[in-house]
Amino acid sequence: MSGQLVAAEGLPWPPSVGDFYPPDLAGPWVTKFTLMIWLAVGLLIIFFMATYRNPKLVPGKGQWMAESIYGLVRDNIAREQMGKDGIRFAPYFTVLFCFIVVTNLFGITPGLQISPNSHIAFPIVLAAVSYVLYLYVGVRKHGLGSYLKQSLILPGVPWPMHFLLIPIEFLQTFIVRPVTLAVRLFANMFAGHLILLVFTVGGFVMLASDNLFVQISSIAAFAMAIVMAFFEVLVALLQAYVFVTLTANYVGSSLADEH
Amino acid sequence: MFLAAEGVEHHPLVPIWQELVVGTIAFFLLCFVLMKFVLPRMEAMYQARVDAIEGGLKRAEAAQAEANQLLEQYRAQLAEVRTEAARIRDDARADAESIRTDILAKAREESDRIIAAGRESLAVERQTIVRELRAEVGGLAVDLASRIVGESLADEARRKGTVERFLTDLESAGAR
Repeated sequence: MSGQLVAAEGLPWPPSVGDFYPPDLAGPWVTKFTLMIWLAVGLLIIFFMATYRNPKLVPGKGQWMAESIYGLVRDNIAREQMGKDGIRFAPYFTVLFCFIVVTNLFGITPGLQISPNSHIAFPIVLAAVSYVLYLYVGVRKHGLGSYLKQSLILPGVPWPMHFLLIPIEFLQTFIVRPVTLAVRLFANMFAGHLILLVFTVGGFVMLASDNLFVQISSIAAFAMAIVMAFFEVLVALLQAYVFVTLTANYVGSSLADEH
Repeated sequence: MFLAAEGVEHHPLVPIWQELVVGTIAFFLLCFVLMKFVLPRMEAMYQARVDAIEGGLKRAEAAQAEANQLLEQYRAQLAEVRTEAARIRDDARADAESIRTDILAKAREESDRIIAAGRESLAVERQTIVRELRAEVGGLAVDLASRIVGESLADEARRKGTVERFLTDLESAGAR
């Protein structure tokens, strides 16, 4: 049935991985995705520069908004995860949080309709920065040797257990953490876009059917698409929060004195 | 890295290297700009606000403490002044009392003195009168006696002794 419909309407059905890779606009450097990244950077710089050009002790509306975001990350993420030490990382976490939120929300922004984070390259960049950050912080605080020792060797464990535990801890700290950071964000955005495609394009496909019952049923598909769009807003914010919280947690554990 | 050829689907878990480069540059630019120009000021503003609130509280506390101290000081001064006044009043009362007793004592002394002087002069007077009277009465008695007898008594000396004895008896009877 679907093959027939695609032939009739020219809609890409069913949605596939190919939908995530639209043709380049002007070579591999200038694509929809790279332009969206620059757009996100530009929007954030403009927003913060505009709202914080002339800060006052009693904030105006824009300044208050910018400060609320910073306050959220500073107090609810950095300080929650890392204690007092977290505050000096709060500026970076804020930038990270804002960048992820904006790029995630592109997934449901009319005209853009896809998040750059559904291309794994961008989550990889962000996860790599977090990875380097927490390794650097750990090594600088404890020195390379004791940082490794602290990361790999659990205290209070019978020594033969270390044959098992050291590889697991190594895998956990130095491989699983960055990979899961990147893949979690990527997969959520990828899946979110795919779900929206299924319901929206599916709705149009059903509408184009010559069966009246199927045409009427497309309402359900469109309704579901709307619901899922709202759900995507939640996912976008939540994933940004999770990414930053985990980064803060990792940096905090690098700074911690005990395992 | 391999690039997806036309029509061949790109594997979604393989990053496009140009995107890695663009993502890195763009994200670092964003971090640089915001972390250099915006967020430190935001943290400073946070601190300034905390300072403003806590500083205000501290200033209020200091003012309160100063006011309390002043009040305490005034109270202490007031108490001091009150005790001073009471002391002065007591002193004055004591002075008045002593002056009164002095004056009384002096007056009593004066009156005693006057009374004593009066008594003395009275005694002297009496003495004089008694002496005069004695002489006069003696004379009179002798005169009377000689007139009665008609003739002067034979023995002058005996007559004198008789009169003396009579008068002494008379005096002692009068004094009793």
